[in-house]
Amino acid sequence: MNNNIIECSDVSIYYGPTQAIRNVDITFPKSSVTAFIGPSGCGKSTFLRSLNRMNDLIPNTRVTGEILLDKEDIYSDAIKVDQLRKKVGMVFQKPNPFYKSIYDNIAFAPKYYGKKKKELDEIVESSLRKAALWDEVKDRLHKSAYALSGGQQQRLCIARAIALKPDILLLDEPTASLDPLSTQKIENLVVELKQEYTIIIVTHNLHQAARISDSTAFFYMGNLIEHTETKKMFTKPSQKKTEDYITGRFG
Amino acid sequence: MNAKLANRVATIIITSFAYLIILILAGLLGYILYNGLSVIDWDFVTSPPESLSAGGGIGPQLFNSFYLLILTMLITTPLGLGAGIYLSQYAPKNKLTNGIRTSIEVLSSLPSIVVGLFGLLIFVTYTGWGYSLISGALALAVFNLPLMVRITEEAIETVPKEQIEASLALGISKWKTITHVILPAAIPGILTGTILASGRVFGEAAALLFTAGMSSPALDFTSMDITSSSHPLNPFRPAETLAVHIWKVNTEGLIPDAREVADGASAILVLSVLVFNITARWFGSWIYRRITSHS
Ligand SMILES: Nc1ncnc2c1ncn2[C@@H]1O[C@H](COP(=O)(O)OP(=O)(O)OP(=O)(O)O)[C@@H](O)[C@H]1O
Ligand SMILES: [Mg+2]
Repeated sequence: MNNNIIECSDVSIYYGPTQAIRNVDITFPKSSVTAFIGPSGCGKSTFLRSLNRMNDLIPNTRVTGEILLDKEDIYSDAIKVDQLRKKVGMVFQKPNPFYKSIYDNIAFAPKYYGKKKKELDEIVESSLRKAALWDEVKDRLHKSAYALSGGQQQRLCIARAIALKPDILLLDEPTASLDPLSTQKIENLVVELKQEYTIIIVTHNLHQAARISDSTAFFYMGNLIEHTETKKMFTKPSQKKTEDYITGRFG
Repeated sequence: MNAKLANRVATIIITSFAYLIILILAGLLGYILYNGLSVIDWDFVTSPPESLSAGGGIGPQLFNSFYLLILTMLITTPLGLGAGIYLSQYAPKNKLTNGIRTSIEVLSSLPSIVVGLFGLLIFVTYTGWGYSLISGALALAVFNLPLMVRITEEAIETVPKEQIEASLALGISKWKTITHVILPAAIPGILTGTILASGRVFGEAAALLFTAGMSSPALDFTSMDITSSSHPLNPFRPAETLAVHIWKVNTEGLIPDAREVADGASAILVLSVLVFNITARWFGSWIYRRITSHS
């Protein structure tokens, strides 16, 4: 018995004729934080977005190989994409709340999945609490989400994603556009959320990866060069390329 | 000439063009209102026109213009929204889609008199409805549909991709994303466009001459029988609009005060468009606020 929630084998991803991800094998254990690092354009976002099939939105993308979520191939015809995305939540680089109130931002998806008014109130509160935002917004739940600061908006987006109780949370550079204080709040949050969710986070900040992740995956030009325990990755990486990258020799 | 000077000169030229346009508009408006306002009184806006003697009003025509506008938008809006949503969100990139787009372009460049004659053939004669509000509304729908489709498409294009991704990433279906995320965000754009399209209904005459007709029966606002031709809301009665009335009075009017009636009617027409625009904008931002904060 292993406790891997996602298992990818021989995954390649193409945008039309160009290949962005090359034969990647990787697994993600339950309730762990995995960080993706690597130079710009190496395919981190591409790979991340294949895990909840957001790549389907881009015309002419093609995924080969196998991605198993709880032993089920997520690219098989039996999988309903909406259900998959409900299980695999995502937070984007730029905070993107809906043009709705704070309350409706979070309640929108649970309501769509049939939750009643009373349950919704509970979901909104518990999601905001988990995202460490409740105290800051509890008095203005029905005000527009755009009255919040960038950091608060990003935590709202995290709250929105966990309101659906996903198994996995994908974060694509969630702190790239935030100030240090907001960044720290989100980092604390990730460590906190790891108890309940499996988290995969893309980051350009190596210190961030070192601080919050259990394992780190280094991508380079579409290849997964190395994936290992974070501590080991930053002290004695086994690949020359990895060492060059984390010591700042390129990228 | 150095860059600074060139910049100044260009700015002055561009600014004066802008002011020139405002000046032309103000001149036109001033001229119409100056001539028209002295004619307008309560009696003029409520009483029916006279056919031979002076002192008639434009009451039924004013009512017809607004009613026709509503009928037209009732037909145009759902069709235009539907086609716009389809083209921007569902249509595959192929020959058929290109064909649809080209047809819409062609439709939008048809002269309105041609649309009017087409309406005469189909909506008046073929259906047997005769000159009627419904025929006029359908002709104007043909005329306004391309605009409405383009407006919807463009308004939807301006909705940030991030909004759509956010919704889909939550496992929300495409249709629900369209109705609850894309359309609310596109409403300001759609509304502005709808107002533009409606304005054309007020001003249009050529497409209505042979569809809604050039006469209006005496209207009885107390009538309860919607099938009667004097019932104001009967869509199968003929209905001359303000714009058509202005044209008719000017070309074949027998009344001695034709000039005054035309002046007054023009002023009313301009004022109606103004009032309509302002209320519609106010209404639009109200809706937008309703949708974007709490439901
Ligand atoms: N929609 C697309 N169409 C075609 N090529 C794309 C598309 N998106 C990404 N690519 C290409 O795929 C490769 C990987 O891009 P990706 O966005 O996954 O990189 P990344 O590692 O996330 O970079 P960054 O750190 O800058 O976000 C790049 O070469 C990029 O040019
Ligand atoms: Mg990226």
